[in-house]
Amino acid sequence: MSSGTSVEGSTSITSQRNIFSRLWNDKETRSVIVQIIALVALFAFFAFMIRNAVYNLEAIGKGFSFDFLWQPANYDINQRLISYDSRSSHMRAMQVGILNTLLVAFAGIVLATVLGFILGVLRLSKNWLTNKIAYVYIEYVRNVPVLLHILLVHGIMVHSLPKPKSAINVGDAGFLTNRGLFMPKPIPEPLLWAVIALFVAGIIFAIIFRSWAKKVQNETGKIYPVFWISVFAIIILPVLAYFLLGSPVNWEAPELKGFNFRGGMVIRPEFIALWLALSFYTAAFIAEIVRAGILAVSHGQTEASMALGIPRGRTLKLVVIPQALRVIVPPLSSQYLNITKNSSLAIAIGYMDITATIGGISLNQTGREMECMIIVMALYLLFSLLISMFMNWYNKRIKLVER
Amino acid sequence: MNKSFLSAAAFAALSMTAVNAQAATLDDVKARGELNCVVSTGIAGFAAPDDKGVWAGIDVDFCRAVAAAVLGDGEKVNFVPTTGKTRFTVLNSGEGDILFRNTTETMSRDADLKLTFLPVNYYDGQGFMISKELGVNSAKDLDGASICIQTGTTTELNLADYFRTNGISYEPVPVETNAEAQTNYLGGRCDVFTTDASGLASTRASFEKPDDHIILPEIISKEPLGGAVRHGDDQWADIGKWVVNALIAAEELGVTQGSAAEMGKAAGDNPSINRLMGTEGDFGSMIGLDNQWALRAIEAVGNYGEIFDRNIGPDTAIGLERGLNAQWKDGGILYAAPIR
Repeated sequence: MSSGTSVEGSTSITSQRNIFSRLWNDKETRSVIVQIIALVALFAFFAFMIRNAVYNLEAIGKGFSFDFLWQPANYDINQRLISYDSRSSHMRAMQVGILNTLLVAFAGIVLATVLGFILGVLRLSKNWLTNKIAYVYIEYVRNVPVLLHILLVHGIMVHSLPKPKSAINVGDAGFLTNRGLFMPKPIPEPLLWAVIALFVAGIIFAIIFRSWAKKVQNETGKIYPVFWISVFAIIILPVLAYFLLGSPVNWEAPELKGFNFRGGMVIRPEFIALWLALSFYTAAFIAEIVRAGILAVSHGQTEASMALGIPRGRTLKLVVIPQALRVIVPPLSSQYLNITKNSSLAIAIGYMDITATIGGISLNQTGREMECMIIVMALYLLFSLLISMFMNWYNKRIKLVER
Repeated sequence: MNKSFLSAAAFAALSMTAVNAQAATLDDVKARGELNCVVSTGIAGFAAPDDKGVWAGIDVDFCRAVAAAVLGDGEKVNFVPTTGKTRFTVLNSGEGDILFRNTTETMSRDADLKLTFLPVNYYDGQGFMISKELGVNSAKDLDGASICIQTGTTTELNLADYFRTNGISYEPVPVETNAEAQTNYLGGRCDVFTTDASGLASTRASFEKPDDHIILPEIISKEPLGGAVRHGDDQWADIGKWVVNALIAAEELGVTQGSAAEMGKAAGDNPSINRLMGTEGDFGSMIGLDNQWALRAIEAVGNYGEIFDRNIGPDTAIGLERGLNAQWKDGGILYAAPIR
């Protein structure tokens, strides 16, 4: 509309201005307007970035395609949990990397949790020395970047352990060298399946027995030793069966031949360094989380429980730990996510995880930076979301049920 | 009104895709007054900072020669150290103008990674280094060995191919940089270190006891090492190409760092030298420079032979012979296209 000289025109402009200022002065409308502007700006930003990337890739003549995943990878990988050789595809190399990442993340989570809980409890110990040792450990470890821990452990393994020719013999079963820990490899015989079946049956039995025992306890107050019966069913029975069936496993011992040990299995220094460093580092954080969780349960709870005549062990199990867990689990989840993501530092010591395979060598040999990075990011996102999902589920399970 | 304002803003944002990959690199470099040269993180003799922090080596000298030709000063170089993995991304993203980084020319790098390779400045091949005390004399005896290998290199692929075709097993120990390879090799994590033979010689020269290690006779690949630029800027590629050719031609024509200034003063009897020195013809303007471009490059770093001898020649700690890298007249395969 032109800013005409007619009276009609000028009133119309004033009224429009009024509408706008009215809208702006209204709290609710303003918030909607601001949100719309923010959203549009956000979309515009991403559209700009994506357009820019596509435009520039096109400008240098590089298309966007995932076809390279089916080409032979042409490189070798030392640690592979599934069959792989240099003729396998990049896809297969990625799968090897995924398994290696999951292996170190899983092993790291288990060890970090165990160490973290021990350290957290030690940190609360009334014994001055124990307390201070845990304190110094935690403060040192969590204040030094994890990359340095990884390099340190790897350096120690490579430079202070002997070469294969003068390997440290661990009871004729394992050989510790700077190329890793060589161990006998189990080769199963058919009868082993019976033992495995028994083990699985033990687990199923334990789950059913546990819920049954709980039901009985709720109804009659009778308490069964669930833990020991479960241990018997899951561990002792299969072990007994294993020996009764005459140890149905052949062990292929590693043998020093030429440059290296042949046969058997090997845990490489790269894995050990990454696993230990990640676990030690994260354990320090978990220890603080555990300490906070235990301290969050007020002492009155323990005293009340004792006053009711509940023994110390049961007080811990039924009163303190369930309440502490509610505080511990949410931050613990983010530590698990940290381990998984930090495992990408593997690249510093040449552990072949997804960052080193599909996000490293494949990326470099094919020149598909964008595609490879998208894959790697999507994979880490997937792992993290899965861990989050599991931990959220667990968190819900242990939540305080209010009546 | 509100709506049209917002869509106008969104449109403005979308149309602001200002990045232009086709911009003339020469203009950028001149405007910046400095050449961004992509080099390695440190391979003695090729590109490594010395004890005073000054970069030196063959690749470094080629960077300086280009800077001298374009900017008139061989010191106006900003060295961008890269690993085997980051080098092409750094070049393709525009962070570097030109790359001289022990880089093997291959078809996929040329066509798929969108690089334009400059003439070869070092003919190399992949070799193996091993400790003498292991008593190995041939790569065929390496069955079961642990081998340190830089990731993201052609050597990684050659290694897999060589051991596969010869039916030998090995454990690859991937490392990121030459320094890391050295630590792992000397620490005994791997029995063998493999890379380009020149790189092995350079690495060995930096050992405390170089004589304890031998380089096995097998050379398992062709590694023509050369500089590279991005696809799409032919003028810039021509500058790189002809600076390299000029340095090689200078040796063939007997123009040295010391004699270049004198020879460039006036035209002499030899038209080839005259064209190189810019006293005849108008070759500089063909590539967007003045006619003294080659003269300045030679004055800055010397001819190919001088560069070779100063950095990796028989009198240096690295001690490489010219071999394939001698002029074609002397039994090598260095053969610069003529400037005419």
